[in-house]
Amino acid sequence: MTTLIAWINRAVWFGTVIMFGSTGEIITERSGNLNLGVPGIMFLGGFAGFAGAYYYENGTSDPSAALIILIAMLCGMAAAALGGLIYSFLTITLRANQNVTGLALTIFGAGIANFFGVQVLNGGTSVKASTSHAVFATPIPVLSGLGAIGQIFFSYGFMVYLAVIIALVTNYFIYRTRKGLNLRAVGESPATADSVGINVTRYKYAATCIGAAITGLGGVYYVMDYGYGTWSTANSIEGLGWLAVALVIFATWKPVNIIWGAYVFGTFFWLYNYLPSLLGITLPNYLVQLTQMIPYVVTILVLIYISAKQKHESQGPAALGQSYFREDR
Amino acid sequence: MAELSAEKTREPFIRIARRTGIHWYQSWGVRVVAVFLALVVNALFIHGVTGLNPVEVYRIMWTGTFESKYNFLTTLRDMSILYCVALALTPAFRMRFWNIGGEGQVLMGALASALLMIYGDQLPNGLLLPLMILCSAAFGAVWAFIPAWFKAKWNTNETLFTLMMNYVAINIVNALTNIWRGAKSSLGTLNTQTKAGWWPKFLGYRFMPFLLIVAALAILIKIYIHRSKHGYELSVLGDSPNTARYAGINVKKVILRTMILSGALCGLAGFGIVSGVDMTISSGTARGYGFTAIIVAWLAHLEPEYMALISFLLIFLDKGAAQITSAYSVLNDYASQVITAIILFFILGSEFFVNYRLVFRRRYPGMPAPASAAASAGVQTTDADRKEGARS
Repeated sequence: MTTLIAWINRAVWFGTVIMFGSTGEIITERSGNLNLGVPGIMFLGGFAGFAGAYYYENGTSDPSAALIILIAMLCGMAAAALGGLIYSFLTITLRANQNVTGLALTIFGAGIANFFGVQVLNGGTSVKASTSHAVFATPIPVLSGLGAIGQIFFSYGFMVYLAVIIALVTNYFIYRTRKGLNLRAVGESPATADSVGINVTRYKYAATCIGAAITGLGGVYYVMDYGYGTWSTANSIEGLGWLAVALVIFATWKPVNIIWGAYVFGTFFWLYNYLPSLLGITLPNYLVQLTQMIPYVVTILVLIYISAKQKHESQGPAALGQSYFREDR
Repeated sequence: MAELSAEKTREPFIRIARRTGIHWYQSWGVRVVAVFLALVVNALFIHGVTGLNPVEVYRIMWTGTFESKYNFLTTLRDMSILYCVALALTPAFRMRFWNIGGEGQVLMGALASALLMIYGDQLPNGLLLPLMILCSAAFGAVWAFIPAWFKAKWNTNETLFTLMMNYVAINIVNALTNIWRGAKSSLGTLNTQTKAGWWPKFLGYRFMPFLLIVAALAILIKIYIHRSKHGYELSVLGDSPNTARYAGINVKKVILRTMILSGALCGLAGFGIVSGVDMTISSGTARGYGFTAIIVAWLAHLEPEYMALISFLLIFLDKGAAQITSAYSVLNDYASQVITAIILFFILGSEFFVNYRLVFRRRYPGMPAPASAAASAGVQTTDADRKEGARS
């Protein structure tokens, strides 16, 4: 039972990182921008959030929890949104190719985060912001003490619940509001959207930058809670970033599917660690890598399935990956 | 709708118009200015963060690469691998098939070579090496064929499919190296005693034959895309799938054929790494070149000769950054990623100024700004149109 609970906890922690990443990427992709810079944006968000919290924590004698949260989240979101802004300017205003710009942004984000990361590390291999981690990992009081139920549902830091709320709000926004309808129109057919007076450029900019900010929160959560408030030279943000891109497909571009999809990915990712002891068997080491492959394989199967079914609504925005040139229509 | 009518109809301050007929010296001028600006931004970055003299930093990058024979040759060696992957992606990109899976295809090719080195080390090199080439190409081709088949059959999104295939390949390689290395922490160099599957040295270097193969490949690809029927079909398909269908081109066949070629050449790059450079395999064998090559191919407009230039530039930056890292303790390896990315951003952005020009709003003396509805709707207007609008 304790193993099962530990597995669920792991899956939720892991899933939360990619839930932020995917929710942000869905908003971006709904505007027709396929941003392959997700890993870079998560790097930017994660590092800026960590650096903000770390310097605040060490700069004052009595750091306040509210300020730690505020500083970490604002720094993370601002840095990530700046990454999104670079992508937007290049692809929307300067009409550069989206795939190439996204990959360059991934190099940039990883480079900036690790470059300044080494300065923060100052010769060591890892630095810890202990107080900040404690703030981010504080479980819900009282409820988390309710035995197994408390462990499974209420033992997480606030960002786990925030991720679910953001995904739900995004779902509501995309499907139930006027602006969400406009955003979908921009992603499906920018020329049509333009002709009815929707400002395509403004929507694309806003969706990409806001999406990037949310993606950046995934980085903040990765460092501050999932990674125990530690910044180190060897971190796996990049792999998680690509999983977030995969999850967008797995969820067929619907934010509500992200919520369970993220936990399913988390369950698969940590399967090797918990399933053998649950079943009382020992697995050879190499199976670890093969089980970590499952989320990607499942995503490929989903991709094949939705294309074979020819279901329009689960294929993703029709204009995804294409820049919009008004005079080309 | 209310928004639209409330908006004042006036000519925007800056308009964008497509350029027609740009001279080669203009387009290259734009690119050179872009790289120069990127170097200025990088200089500001270096100086702002570390306080170093950026000119001195650039000088060390330059001399580090060009004044040391060893460094220059390793630059050439790594460039040849990156160049090979970029060449491999070219046919696919020309038909606008986004093969983001170069990394996985290179890895699968490398895996085939490593398999043969481990299980075929009794074979003579004369037999083993050709076998490695064939199997590497085949493994890479299969890895590319899978997404291509689904693209041809159901129009499955190839960008995302090939992207996912990379991670499947990485995990397969991880699992297999895990088996082979046993209790050791890494696989280590393969066949150090027998040198089975090691490419023979040529002109004193083991990577030299591969470099020559890649040079020949560049010429072949250039001919293939510009002077062959296949190449023509690729261009038509890339410009418009409907035109291709109308012209009687078998689109599915072209997609499959091209991706098999693309994957096979990626696999060949994997062979080059395993048998000529690393003599071992890990999940990092492809060095991220599968991704970098996408940028190289695209920035070079899919022309092999420019790809050579850009892949050299990127490897030079990478190696140069290693030089400055060893020279200055305040800089670290990751500086190269930042410098590279900033240069990439500038080159990517510069293409806009090659393809479009900015038209600023003109002031007509004694006249208010012309209220041309056409101009505010962004429709391209000539000067004559505009004058007419102002007259009426």
